[in-house]
Amino acid sequence: MTRAARTILRKDLLIEVRTKESVPAMVLFSITVYVLFHFGLDRDSLDGELASGVLWVTLLLAAVIGVSRLFAAEREQGGIDGLLLAPVDRTALFVAKAAALFLFLTAVELVAVPAFALLLLGPGLGGALPELFAVLALGNLGVAAVGALVAALAAETRAHELIVPLLLLPLLVPVLIACAQATEPLFRQEAGPEDLGRWLSLLTLYDVVFVLLSIAVFDFLLED
Amino acid sequence: MDAAIELDNLARRYGERVALAGVTVSVASGATLAVLGGNGAGKTTLLRVLAGLLRPHGGAARVLGASLPGDRWRLPARVGYLGHEPLLYRELSGRENLRYHARLHGVPDARVDELLAAVGMEERAGDAVRDLSKGMVQRLAAARAVLHDPELLLLDEPRASLDPVAAELLEPLIGRASGRTRVLVSHDVEGALAESDLSLGLRGGRPAPVDAELYR
Amino acid sequence: MYSKGLAPLAAATVVTITTAMAMVFFYAPNDADQGFVQKIFYVHVPMAIVALCGFIAGGVFAIRHLRSDDSSWDMRSYVAIHISIILGLGVLVTGAIWAKASWGHWWVWDEPVLVSFLVVFLLYCVYYPLRFSIEDPDRQARYSSVFAIAAGAFVPLNFVAVRLAEAYTHPRVLSQTGGDLPGDMRLTFLVSLLGMALLFVTMWKLELTAKHASMQLKRLRNRARVAA
Repeated sequence: MTRAARTILRKDLLIEVRTKESVPAMVLFSITVYVLFHFGLDRDSLDGELASGVLWVTLLLAAVIGVSRLFAAEREQGGIDGLLLAPVDRTALFVAKAAALFLFLTAVELVAVPAFALLLLGPGLGGALPELFAVLALGNLGVAAVGALVAALAAETRAHELIVPLLLLPLLVPVLIACAQATEPLFRQEAGPEDLGRWLSLLTLYDVVFVLLSIAVFDFLLED
Repeated sequence: MDAAIELDNLARRYGERVALAGVTVSVASGATLAVLGGNGAGKTTLLRVLAGLLRPHGGAARVLGASLPGDRWRLPARVGYLGHEPLLYRELSGRENLRYHARLHGVPDARVDELLAAVGMEERAGDAVRDLSKGMVQRLAAARAVLHDPELLLLDEPRASLDPVAAELLEPLIGRASGRTRVLVSHDVEGALAESDLSLGLRGGRPAPVDAELYR
Repeated sequence: MYSKGLAPLAAATVVTITTAMAMVFFYAPNDADQGFVQKIFYVHVPMAIVALCGFIAGGVFAIRHLRSDDSSWDMRSYVAIHISIILGLGVLVTGAIWAKASWGHWWVWDEPVLVSFLVVFLLYCVYYPLRFSIEDPDRQARYSSVFAIAAGAFVPLNFVAVRLAEAYTHPRVLSQTGGDLPGDMRLTFLVSLLGMALLFVTMWKLELTAKHASMQLKRLRNRARVAA
């Protein structure tokens, strides 16, 4: 990573550690949604596709909060002029913001996934951990790339709290499909047939397309 | 010697509306240009074009040898901008903010401490920006603007929140004595004219004579 | 500028659509299982194909807009997307009618094309609030183009994902579009597809002409006002 990207990333991480605004909110939100699902579905424990669905939908909704706040520090200081006035390559800016989002998501999942296992997941997580990590890693990458793009698109619009969820969630449908389908057999009582390769390939394709696309168009988003 | 700023019929639209039109001026290196006019006259727009933040839509512009819009990317390293927003992260301290900008510009940390002392902020350098008064924030913003030793300073009401002591502290950094080429926007017409070599009046985005009519 | 060839194009559209309708009602046979209602397929599928092509065309025009900085490409992109959204609504409605008639429900999740269309439609609906919540016209055009490109790339990805997620395949007339259609059905389908495509292009040109004219008018008014 270039020095500029690292500097911007470090700044964003520092601000998050100080304000503790995004990550704790996303964690709290996730656990609240688990409780909602418990009452809404009237179930004490979930397995298979139901467990898979609840986990990924919750994580995606939490991601919306993270994306909404990605440029919050810049908005607060009066706009992104500060970033534009620095001799920084737009690609470095994209990498920094996407990396920040990726790290926030990982931090949230470190709590939210075990919480899910504790509150709602019937079968244990144990054996499925390596596969789960792979799915989380590739899924987070896709969310980070698309999330940074959407955050930048919505950064200076008037109605950005509305635009972010409406824009982000449909774009993440393929990620949801791939992650949910991939973990469904992992969350079964008895191990079922897995097709992990297919879903990881879909995630990889999605990640490659959107990382490249976002880098290509980011230039046009932050200039006037 | 090449002029620091050369504008020839510079134009900038806002959709169908004219933000700037027919702006022609030449500023020699080390000179100060005062830009005067009422609200909405286009003063801030002009500064932002010179900073490389906005693209010109017409006419020719050369700033520090870089022609706009093509060579805009060359400007941030050589231009210091002190606008209405201090461009400091409120949750970080003054020192952290300046160190952040220093790293982006490739400037050593020692310079940060130097500037903090120069603007009289060493004691409060560790406090979060949101805890500082407006005047202190303005001092830090000025430090940020000159951190990378820019050749051109773009100043939008630089002394707005400053007490006389602070204004004096900043003088060698952003004043005429700094030796940098400056473009100064101010509502204090007399004061601005006193410290500048040439002036440009703007009205509705177009050049206008600097007289009583300018502020109607 | 855009109205060149509009008249013959419109004429060709009318002719093709009339022919298609005639063929649908009188030439194509009634489907053995689904009866007369199956004929909505001749509207539903061409509309879907043309709308998807329209979205992708919107993305391509957007790329040209960003590269050339010429706002006429942005207008072409906007209109293409605009019309495709309207067609998209038609796809969902005709899809629902067909689903109700064939399977008894107003909506079915087993149809990957219909389902992925719903997602695409929801995405493109955000085009309007995004566009019109940005006040600076130049930025508005640029951000809309970025959206059009991202959404255009999303369309095929989404289709693949939804397709893969289908556990079972339904024997449908849709899946026979590849080449399993009997001759008379295929011909009717192709003519309908052509008619729909011509309709899209005609509407696109028509709207562009109208927009261009109103912009010229506004420019002239502005100039007159400034001169006065």
